[in-house]
Amino acid sequence: MVNPFPFSAIVGQDDMRLAFMIAAVDPSVGGVLAFGDRGTGKSTAVRALAALLPKIRVVAGCPYNCAPENRAGLCGACTGEAKPKAEQRGAPVVDLPLGATEDRVVGALNLERALAAGEKHYEPGLLARANRGFLYIEEVNLLEDHLVDLLLDVAASGVNLVEREGLSLSHPARFVLIGSGNPEEGELRPQMLDRFGLAVEVRTPQDVPTRIEVVRRRNDYDRDPEAFHRTWAGAERKLRAQITHARERVASVETSDAALERATRLCIALGADGLRGELTLIRAARAFAALEDVPAIGDKELKRLAPMVLSHRLRRNPLDDGGSAPRVQRAIEEVFGP
Amino acid sequence: MTASDAVSTPWRRASLAGALFALDPIGSGLLLRSGPGPARDALMSRIVTDLAPMRLFRAPADIADDRLIGGLDVAATLRAGRPIAETGVLAAADGGVLAVAMAERISTGVAARLAAALDTGEIALQRDGLSAVLPARIGVVALDEGRDDEAAPAALAERLAFWVDLDGVGWRDIEPPILSEEDFAAARIRAPRVEVGQQASATLVAIAVELGVASPRAVLFALRAARGLAALRGVTRVEDEDVELAAALALGPRATRMPAEPQEEEEEPPPEDEADDTETAEEDNTPRELEERVLEAARAALPPGLLAALAAGVQRNRSGASDGKSGEENYSLRRGRPLDARPGELSKGRLALVATLRAAAPWRRLREGAAAQGAAIQAGPRRIIVKPEDFRITRHRQKRGATTIFVVDASGSLAMNRLAEVKGAIELLLADCYARRDHVALIAFRGRTGELVLPPTRATARARRALSGLPGGGGTPIAAGLDAALGVADQSRRKGQTPLIVMMTDGRANIGRDGEPGRPRAMEDALDAARRIRAANVAALAIDTAQIGASGRDDAPVRALAEAMTARYIKLPRADAAGINAAVRGALQR
Repeated sequence: MVNPFPFSAIVGQDDMRLAFMIAAVDPSVGGVLAFGDRGTGKSTAVRALAALLPKIRVVAGCPYNCAPENRAGLCGACTGEAKPKAEQRGAPVVDLPLGATEDRVVGALNLERALAAGEKHYEPGLLARANRGFLYIEEVNLLEDHLVDLLLDVAASGVNLVEREGLSLSHPARFVLIGSGNPEEGELRPQMLDRFGLAVEVRTPQDVPTRIEVVRRRNDYDRDPEAFHRTWAGAERKLRAQITHARERVASVETSDAALERATRLCIALGADGLRGELTLIRAARAFAALEDVPAIGDKELKRLAPMVLSHRLRRNPLDDGGSAPRVQRAIEEVFGP
Repeated sequence: MTASDAVSTPWRRASLAGALFALDPIGSGLLLRSGPGPARDALMSRIVTDLAPMRLFRAPADIADDRLIGGLDVAATLRAGRPIAETGVLAAADGGVLAVAMAERISTGVAARLAAALDTGEIALQRDGLSAVLPARIGVVALDEGRDDEAAPAALAERLAFWVDLDGVGWRDIEPPILSEEDFAAARIRAPRVEVGQQASATLVAIAVELGVASPRAVLFALRAARGLAALRGVTRVEDEDVELAAALALGPRATRMPAEPQEEEEEPPPEDEADDTETAEEDNTPRELEERVLEAARAALPPGLLAALAAGVQRNRSGASDGKSGEENYSLRRGRPLDARPGELSKGRLALVATLRAAAPWRRLREGAAAQGAAIQAGPRRIIVKPEDFRITRHRQKRGATTIFVVDASGSLAMNRLAEVKGAIELLLADCYARRDHVALIAFRGRTGELVLPPTRATARARRALSGLPGGGGTPIAAGLDAALGVADQSRRKGQTPLIVMMTDGRANIGRDGEPGRPRAMEDALDAARRIRAANVAALAIDTAQIGASGRDDAPVRALAEAMTARYIKLPRADAAGINAAVRGALQR
C-alpha cells in the first residue's frame, strides 16, 4: 500500500496508539499485543506506524539490516567487512501472513539457485527482514502452533538459528513483535501472551460523535487517499519528530529509586510473576516520559502504563467477570493512594 | 416504487442487495444465508449477469492454503528448472468475485485469509521458498447454508456488506429485475461520482448505535450502499431515501438489539451486554425526523428471530464464541479432519508421501551434486533423494474436549427451596470446566418449555452471568429440558466434541411434551426423553436436588430418570464440590 491511513488521523484508541509509540521509542519493551473488537483499526494502526518510524542506518546491501556501528551484533556476512559501507533504510515492518510456511519464516535454501545451478545458497526469511524493525502478525491467535514456538524461541534469544539442508548458520533477529487479534476467535497461548511487553484492549468507541468522526475520516480516506494524506502531512511530521526526539532522550530519563520501588510494589500487589513486569513497566514509563518530554519517571507515567504492562501477566480468575483491568486499578489505588 | 416498497419483501431486499454488491463488489461482499433452491439460484445468476465483465470464481469452504494462497508448482518447477509459482484462488480472482460454498463450514483460519484480502486487496505469499505480494482485489459471496447456530465466521461476515436471508423464499416470490442491463452499466459508471453529504454518515452512525451495531465497517458499507442506490436511481447525489434504504440493507440485518419505538424511547431497557446508553437522544445536530424514517426502514430488515432471541435473553450469536474454532482445535496425528502436511519426525506421525516427495524434488540437482562428490550414494538419473528434513507428516484436526450441557430445573418446585444452592453447585462446576477448557451450555426449563439460555461457549464468565440472571418459578417440564439438551448434544457432537449432559432437578415433572400439565404423563415423557439420550449414547449425570425427609419426598423420580439415560446419580446434599467434580470427570472419561 502506497498511502496507508495516517497514524495521526486515527480517532480515539489512545491506549493502542500510546503502546505503539512506546514500542517505536524503545523496542526493548518487548512488543505490543492489540486484542479486541473487529473494525477498531488495529491493522490500520500498525500499517500507519510503519510510515512514522525514523529511518535506520544499515550496512549497505545487508539482508539482515545490520547496524554498521554495532560490531558485535553483525551477521556473518558483515563481520568480514573491515569497514562496512552504510546506507539509510526505512525501518522494516514485516508482515507474517497466516499460511506462511516455516521455510519462509526462518529462511531456507534459495530454490532458484538450487534448481538451476545446484548451488547451496541461503535465502533469508521474514525473521531476517524484520531484524531491527517490527514483525506484525495479524490474527496472531490463529497462527499455527509450530510457527508460534519458533517465534517464541527467536524473540527470546534475538538470534535465528538455521539448521537445514546441511546449512548451519545464525543471524541476528531482534524485532518488536506486534500482534493483533480477536479473542472470540480463539485465545492466545499463555506463553505467547507473556512475550508481549504491552497488551492493549481495543474496543469500539461508544459515543456517537467519535463514531461519526471515525466513519467520516475513513470515508474521506477511501475516496481520495492522496488528498487525505496531504491534509494530515503536518500532523504526521510532528509525530515523527516526537518519536525521533524521544529516542534521543530516552536514555537520559531519570529513574528514581522511589519510582522503582513503586513499580515493584505494584507488581507484588498484583502477584505478577517474575521480574519481567517491573522491567517492562520501568522501560515503558521511561519511553513515555521521553515522549512527554519530562525529565524523570513520575507516578503519572506508572499509573497510566500499569494496566497495559501488567493486566495480561496476571493469573486469571476464571469466574471474574470484570477481567484483570479492575484488579490492576485496585492495585494502583493501593500503591499510589486514590 | 417508494423506498419502503423496495425492501418490503425478503426477495426484494435480497435482489437489491445483490444488485448493489454487483455494482461495486471489490472489498465488499454478500452473505447469502439460504439452503440451495430456486431463489438462491436466481439471485446468483442475476449477480453473475450484473457483474459482467467481472468474473465469478468458486472455492470450497475447506480450501487448503496451497490452493487459497498458492505455492510452488512442483511439476512445472522441475520441468522448467526454475521455481514456478502456482497461483492461489485469491490471486486468480483478482478483479473478480469469489463465491465460497458452505460458508458456515469455513474455518476461522480461512476466514482470516479472506478477510486480509478484502481489507488490503493483496495477498502475501510466503510459502515454499516463494515470497511475493500479489494483488487480490476481490469481492466475496459467502453461501451460508447453516442451520440454527451454525453460521459463517464473524470475522468474514463483518467484512461482507450485505447479509441476506432467503429462507422461505420460493420461486413464486421471485420478481424480474427492475433495471435493464444498460441502466445497470450506466449506474456503474456513475457510482464513483456520487456525492454524499456529511449528514448521511451522522444519521447512519446514530442508527447503528440504536441497532447495537458496533463496527464502523457496517456504517461505511451503508454509506457505500447509499451511493450505489443513488447511482442506480440515475442521480449523482445521495438523498434521504438512499440513506433509508442503505440502512435497511446494510445495518438492519446486523442488528443485535431491538431499536426503541419512537414514542416510548425512555422505556427501552438497556441491554445487559452493551454498556452504552442510547446517546442519540443527546445528539441534537441530527434531525430526528430523518433518523426515525431511516430507523423505520431498517426495522423492516431486522434479522429473523431477533425479537424472540432477545425476549429469551439470548444474545444472537452471530459474533458469539460458538464459531471460534481455532482455540479449541487439537492437532491429532491420527484422527479428525486432515490438515496440510507439515514437516516433522516420522516417529510423530504418518508419512505424507506425496508432500514429502514434493518437498524433496526441487533439491534433486543440488543433492545429486553433493552425493556424487561424497560418492556415498550412487545417484542415478531421475532419482529423488529424500533427506530427513523433507519428511512431511499428516496431521488431523480434532476438536478437543467436551461440551458440558447444564440442564437446570428452574421451576417453582425448585425455585422455592434450592435454586440458589443449585446455582452454587453449577458455579463450582464451571470453575472446573474453565480449567479443562470445556465448552459449557446452559438450558433452563420452567413453565412449559426448556430453553437454551446460553449456547455452547468457552466463556464461563458468561455462563455464570446467565446463571445468576436465571428466573425461577412455574411448571416442571423435564421432558422439554432434556429434549433441548439432546439437541445441543447432537450439535456439539457434529462439531467433534464430546457432550456431557448434567441434569439438575428434583424430578417432579408436571408438564408434558405438549405443554399440558399432568404428572403421570409428564413423567412418562421425561423418561422417554431420558431414554433417547441413552439411545444417542450421550454421557449424562443426574443431580438430585430434592430434599430428603421434607414432606416425604423421595429420590425415586430422579433415580428413574438417571436409570433411563444410564446416568450417574448424585444427591445434592451429599454432593460437595469435590464429589460433583469427580463425578463429572468420571462421566467424561467413560
